[in-house]
Amino acid sequence: MPDGMTIDYDGLIPNNVDLATDQRVRKALETWHPGYIDWWKDMGPEGFQQSLVYLRTAIGVDPKGWAKFDYVKMPEYKWGILLAPAAEGRTIPFGKHKGEPAWQDVPGEYRAMLRRLIVVQGDTEPASVEQQRHLGATAPSLYDMRNLFQVNVEEGRHLWAMVYLLHKYFGADGREEAEELLQRRSGNQDTPRMLGAFNEATPDWLSFFMFTYFTDRDGKMQLEALAQSGFDPLSRTCRFMLTEEAHHMFVGDSGVQRVVERTVQAMQQAGITDPTDIASVRALGVIDLPTIQKKMNLHFSLTLDLFGNEISTNAANAFNAGIKGRYREDKLDDDHALIDATYPVLRCIDGQIVEQQAPALSALNMRLRDDYVKDCESGVGRWNRVIEKAGFGFRLKLPHVAFNRAIGEFAAIHADTEGNLLDGTAWNERKGAFLPDDADAAYISSLMVPVHETGKFASWIAPPRVGIDNKPGDFEYVQIVQ
Amino acid sequence: MLDAPVKQHLIDPEICIRCNTCEATCPVDAITHDDNNYVVDAAKCNFCMDCIPPCPTGSIDNWFVVNKVFSIEDQFSWLELPPKPPEAETSTADALDDEAQHLLDEAHTGAGGHVPAPASAAKPRINLFNRAKPAIATVTGNLRITAPDTDSDVRHIILDFGTVAFPLLEGQSIGIVPPGRDANGRSHTMRLYSIASPRDGERPNTNNLAITVKRVHEPRDDGTMFAGIASNFLCDLTLGATIEVIGPFGATFLMPDDPDADIVMICTGTGSAPFRGFTERRRRTASTPRGRLHLYFGARTPGELPYFGPLQRLPETLIVKELVYSRIPEQPREYVQDRMRSRSASLAALLAKDTLHIYICGVHGLESGAEAALTDIAANAGLDWSALRARMRAEGRFHVETY
Repeated sequence: MPDGMTIDYDGLIPNNVDLATDQRVRKALETWHPGYIDWWKDMGPEGFQQSLVYLRTAIGVDPKGWAKFDYVKMPEYKWGILLAPAAEGRTIPFGKHKGEPAWQDVPGEYRAMLRRLIVVQGDTEPASVEQQRHLGATAPSLYDMRNLFQVNVEEGRHLWAMVYLLHKYFGADGREEAEELLQRRSGNQDTPRMLGAFNEATPDWLSFFMFTYFTDRDGKMQLEALAQSGFDPLSRTCRFMLTEEAHHMFVGDSGVQRVVERTVQAMQQAGITDPTDIASVRALGVIDLPTIQKKMNLHFSLTLDLFGNEISTNAANAFNAGIKGRYREDKLDDDHALIDATYPVLRCIDGQIVEQQAPALSALNMRLRDDYVKDCESGVGRWNRVIEKAGFGFRLKLPHVAFNRAIGEFAAIHADTEGNLLDGTAWNERKGAFLPDDADAAYISSLMVPVHETGKFASWIAPPRVGIDNKPGDFEYVQIVQ
Repeated sequence: MLDAPVKQHLIDPEICIRCNTCEATCPVDAITHDDNNYVVDAAKCNFCMDCIPPCPTGSIDNWFVVNKVFSIEDQFSWLELPPKPPEAETSTADALDDEAQHLLDEAHTGAGGHVPAPASAAKPRINLFNRAKPAIATVTGNLRITAPDTDSDVRHIILDFGTVAFPLLEGQSIGIVPPGRDANGRSHTMRLYSIASPRDGERPNTNNLAITVKRVHEPRDDGTMFAGIASNFLCDLTLGATIEVIGPFGATFLMPDDPDADIVMICTGTGSAPFRGFTERRRRTASTPRGRLHLYFGARTPGELPYFGPLQRLPETLIVKELVYSRIPEQPREYVQDRMRSRSASLAALLAKDTLHIYICGVHGLESGAEAALTDIAANAGLDWSALRARMRAEGRFHVETY
């Protein structure tokens, strides 16, 4: 021990980082642990803490059987600290230290920068659990309820992953930051979470699916960029988190698809040919496609804000320092230093949206956002295929990146979903056509009734094609104990 | 080799969410993607199954048996999986695992061509557990079944699966990978062992199975001893030990469920394992079977004949026991083909029946002796063995599994 592949399950905290011999960190984490459990009980999923949930628990970092499925009470979930195996002889893959051995300890000059990145990443993990804590009560099936809780416990584990780095490498500062991660609360006036999108409510299941599709996908992009880091423990942590994050993408992607599927199916059965005949579609107890589009507009635009300013010195510094790379840096074929390179950036100049070449180093946020938008389009294409197959002309579409933005180049202007500029009056008049309004929210909320019978689904969502862990359709994913 | 169609690993584009986990996991870079789909290169995929557990969607778990593989370009263009080839074609695959399929293909070459399962055989489950996700079994029995005073150490090893379902049929095999690494630092290759139990366990309704393992310990030409890695690992297992089991494998060398079927079982040594399963199944299920079992079982001496004791207790109405020995002092050496010839009248009568099923299991070479005997016996009865064999093969009534 440790060869990085063996998981120690003996102690309080399962890990492959040799906590058994690292007295200092073990003690720090064991001190933090009760506070975490308290946070989970206070702010974790509401109402189902005693139920048995069929959950996946990571038990190894080797792909051969890295997880097992079993019924678990959520507070007894084994939150562990798991890092992907160390790659021998790994070097810093980009920036001015490119080619030097990857850091196994925090380089002093980048201490503050690294800590900030880890804290921001860490803050999003408990935030999403808090945002989703009321959803269990309206789960459209036991299958969906289980997926929600799976996402929740894994976000919890991702908090652990970041807290481990803080305790292990950042001393007293790190301990303080770890403590504060448990103190902030999503949406709280006085102690909000650090990023805007993580203070928005997740009022219903369509929002949850949109959140896991769009916002967790930002998480994936950030993790991909951090997985390239020259700080090896961060890289290894993020690489393993990505394996779990994939499930979150899946919940969102397939969730929206199942909503779309059910809607077009109901329209077909009722003989409705016009998908924009909202009243008739809603009479069927399903969510009309225009409203799904509005939800997409909202969550996509909120998530774009998470990428920060298009032109960013912080991003340039982090890259140059070898701390945060680009999306799949290892697959890119350039000099990985970007000193003289440029990158096209959409900017807002004199109230117009124009494309400008900018230094590639400063444009890294933009680049990550472009990769993100491309990644988002794949799922939208799949949802559209469902609509097309059912014979409807309607198509879902990502809104323009300038639409509904609060951070970056377009925060100062208003634009419609096609990127046409609007003045304040026009925006206020037409906003309701782009974004869900109170009537939409009230309608969706009226559909949110829990379904607890095995194999049954609420009226507005189709069953999944494949069960979790290949389980049959009527599998009891959650054994509810109130 | 069999002219079996090829098995291909495919990703369902309708379910895949392009999370890239499979591509990042694949150790041989067999998985790639374009803007449309994630796909598996059939030329590179070695069925290691590493990509299966991390896939969040289940889209990764598709296996088609095809006559012509789908190229990467074919797969890039898909919006959904093509229609799955009909079940009849796919059900002849003995394993979804190249390693196991290869071993079984080799073992079945002696049949001289492709053999489907008997028409009345139950439908087997295959590949429920693989290297990536093995079943964990506890050793609950390890009993020497050859006499203590012989050189041949053959063991009856019972593996219990606890609460894990491991459905099996008589005639199927399991795969075992001995722990540790070979001289090149790689994982050992898989060994297949025929299951020696009937489908409902060593005793009815137990969740266990037995395998029959001979300890390989042979002098080499250079005077050193060769100790088989897998056989010694298995023979040395103590009660309570746990081992990883892969499988079950085998979808053709299966027992007919028809109680009217006559079954001729020709074997040597540990080749008797599947026939113990057949016999026990027949004994438990058919109270008044019209078909009979005919066992031609060769060993050097009674002491070296696995299951000699238990065999004695089986009634003649169930099974005709032709136990044949080649090393009895002061007696001429007799091999199974010799005994078959001396029972030509009985065998000729059986060959004329459409209910006859013949199974050969044991060391490589056993089938040629048996073939020669059957050719002669058939000829004397006015039958053309090669034509009859081709028909029996096509009907799933002639099976060979030799190693």
